[in-house]
Amino acid sequence: MTALPFHDQPRVYFLVAAFLLAVGIFGLIRRRTLVGMLIGGELMMAGASLNVMVWNRFTAPDPAVGQVLVLFLMGLAAAEVAILLSIIIAVYRNYRSIKAGVLDEMKG
Amino acid sequence: MTSFPASAIVAEAIFGGFVALTVAGALLAALATRILRSVCGLAVCSLGLAGLYTFLHSPFLGLMQILIYIGAVCVTIVFAIMLAETEESAGRESRRRRLAWGGTALAVSGCVFWGVARLGWDGVRAAPASRATDGSVGAIGVSLLTTHGLAFELISLVLLVAILGALLVARTGRH
Repeated sequence: MTALPFHDQPRVYFLVAAFLLAVGIFGLIRRRTLVGMLIGGELMMAGASLNVMVWNRFTAPDPAVGQVLVLFLMGLAAAEVAILLSIIIAVYRNYRSIKAGVLDEMKG
Repeated sequence: MTSFPASAIVAEAIFGGFVALTVAGALLAALATRILRSVCGLAVCSLGLAGLYTFLHSPFLGLMQILIYIGAVCVTIVFAIMLAETEESAGRESRRRRLAWGGTALAVSGCVFWGVARLGWDGVRAAPASRATDGSVGAIGVSLLTTHGLAFELISLVLLVAILGALLVARTGRH
């Protein structure tokens, strides 16, 4: 295992993916505005994609499957960003602020 | 093996550079006080990830990562920042409260990192006996149109609904 170069060891990639997930969770908890929380969520999605790609590269019998899955993940992330940003714009229009602490009433 | 003697070292150095880009970008995205720097961090992180995807034998996904994350997601977030006041002013929050939230976030993310990293480090992984395809762009295209055809159509439907929903939500409350 140690004779392999670093870019052929899955452990390095797993560490980076776990780090991205942890940093995303940190940002999601720590940030006070909706845009900051959205960026934290994007980091978590990126970590998940990297994890899928590592499994795809090292253990999958068909390497195309994981790539297709990550492509779909990217599409979902883009759709999520579009929806969330439109919600953020709508919230800003009503509250003149996008701080998460300001949003304390619901109407429906 | 390649004939160029230092090619292994060069490859390692490039790989280390991409890992450093990813880690530094993620840290910048999570820790920067100004939200625009945070978006730049996300872009840098995506660039590093694209390099890592290339090292994982899928340069196509690396290009897609640059195209979608840097070209679409980051630019859209920048537009939203320009339309809404997004500065995080820390003055209103008391120091004790800020420390408590930071500590909570650090503890939770540290636990998650430790657990997931241990799973990845100790996991048993067996290389497949044989590969069905070579994982090239051609193989991806064939599998998108045959095996994963339904999922492909559904994802395009999701994107269409997302665009319509975004337009509708952003339109309400407009005078």
